[in-house]
Amino acid sequence: MSAQTPHAPHAPQVPQVPQVPPARASRALVAGVPMLWLSVFFLIPLVIVLKISLSEARLAMPPYTPLVEWVRGQGASLHAHLDNYRLLFSDPLYADSLLYSLRVAAGSTVCCLLLGYPMALAIARAVPERRHLLLMAIILPFWTSFLLRVYAWIGLLQDDGVINHVLLALHLTHRPLRMVNTTFAVYLGIVYSYLPFMVLPLYANLEKHDAALLEAAADLGARPWQRFRRITLPLSVPGIIAGVLLVFIPAVGEFVIPSLLGPASQLMIGRVISTEFFENRDWPVASALALLLLALLLAPILILQRYRGRELSA
Amino acid sequence: MRQGVQRLPRASGLLAGALALGLAFLYLPIVSLVVFSFNASRLVTVWDAAHSPTLRWYVELLHNAQILQAARLSVLIASMNACGAVVLGTFAGFALTRLGGFRGRALLAALTTAPLVMPEIITGLSLLLLFIALQQLLGWPARRDATTITLAHISFSVSYVAIIVQARLAGFDRSLEEAALDLGATPVRVFRRITLPLIAPALLSGWLLSFTLSWDDVVISQFVAGPGSSTLPMVIFSKVRLGVSPDVNALATLLITLVAAGVIGSTLWLQRRDRRRIRELQQAQAQGA
Repeated sequence: MSAQTPHAPHAPQVPQVPQVPPARASRALVAGVPMLWLSVFFLIPLVIVLKISLSEARLAMPPYTPLVEWVRGQGASLHAHLDNYRLLFSDPLYADSLLYSLRVAAGSTVCCLLLGYPMALAIARAVPERRHLLLMAIILPFWTSFLLRVYAWIGLLQDDGVINHVLLALHLTHRPLRMVNTTFAVYLGIVYSYLPFMVLPLYANLEKHDAALLEAAADLGARPWQRFRRITLPLSVPGIIAGVLLVFIPAVGEFVIPSLLGPASQLMIGRVISTEFFENRDWPVASALALLLLALLLAPILILQRYRGRELSA
Repeated sequence: MRQGVQRLPRASGLLAGALALGLAFLYLPIVSLVVFSFNASRLVTVWDAAHSPTLRWYVELLHNAQILQAARLSVLIASMNACGAVVLGTFAGFALTRLGGFRGRALLAALTTAPLVMPEIITGLSLLLLFIALQQLLGWPARRDATTITLAHISFSVSYVAIIVQARLAGFDRSLEEAALDLGATPVRVFRRITLPLIAPALLSGWLLSFTLSWDDVVISQFVAGPGSSTLPMVIFSKVRLGVSPDVNALATLLITLVAAGVIGSTLWLQRRDRRRIRELQQAQAQGA
């Protein structure tokens, strides 16, 4: 198929010469345009981040020293500093917030899995006509504003919010519980926002399982729990891996949820990067932090990519 | 392959209960947003039974110039983003499924999928640094505004469209196109009459998804926006950071209603379209037999 635009004038209704494979020019256009776009708006920006992370902060615009300086008569001289990276490892603030982010992301991923797995299994085992409706119910919140759904939790979790009113009315607590601006609220917000990302890949996997296997196991006397543990669970490992990575990777760098629901004393890495950049105007340190975060996420990202590639080719 | 007669065992009561609980968890906050948008009290969480329900916050919303202007800007950016992303994403999808092996294919594949998993904060930071570097080198973009936000949004939306188009093209019967070419249709005609209608659902969902991604984005916009170009999510974000505010509930209710109607409507339309297509195919086969 060639990439000519669909708005080209109508071709004359005369017998055509046999078609040749897409012309070189149109092939180059189809592949070249997105390649150029993504290079300029994805690849080069990352190179710029790397460059700035190796420079030194200064009070000027832009607030960093040039990496390569041209001195008349002497040619170029390279000024690469590793000080920013050294700072990241020496100041416990950064390590703290990184570890906190990893912990929160890992914990909420586990909660997502524990909640999402039975949901996905229930949909996969529902009557086929109902599956579509249930899937839509899972996807629909994803289409409504993420920000507003996180905002809704502020109203629910507040000291005089709905949940505290219910708890007080049921005499489960005597004083309102402090929930908003706590790590608990961050967990809740992440589990809530990313639950569909866990349920959908799990469902895609569970739905394909061969019913004959479970039937055979039942005939051989396996109890439901045994059938789940010995058949369904091992077969669903690829779905679990995909769901876990799809939740964990964005959760580590999450910015909106901890900003609205999280404690002010304990910052996740996304907020530290933003603070370094906008408030402290330390672009080099912010860039170095961004790259450190990327380096930490590289292994999970590559696993997810490989998994996705297999899915697409399958 | 799974046999048609055998079905996976039915969900037990326990599983069904877990599903109900999970769905309640997903929808409870949305319901509370809607309910409290009709509450008279400014304290969003205390129901003022004497004066509620009321449309007070909806009226106030319609007089809030800041929110209305931000909403207009967001619609503009999201539409431009969706159109740009559909064109570029379709190109990328075609290149990856139809061109076979070409030089740089691996790079293009990596570049198309990488933005999907890139933490937003890094995308935002790197794009802002790009725009600043471009400004110093070329003097463009002179300032950061709707254009820079749109460019940033396209750069991550392209990937989603490419994935959707790729999936559609992968499960696609090429014999139709080949038959048309054999019958003497020009490539352009084949594209218009066969390829385009067949991938239209993918283009529509790509467009809608890109629109939503842009309409929803706050992190990347915050980085690449300049003074005076606040999108709706940016305005909401700065408002709700200071605490709950009932007009945001009213806004949320309007948006949720709109989105739900749009998603349900387009799903039904696509289903009807597919059913019609299957019927036509069956009729054609019956006539041919």
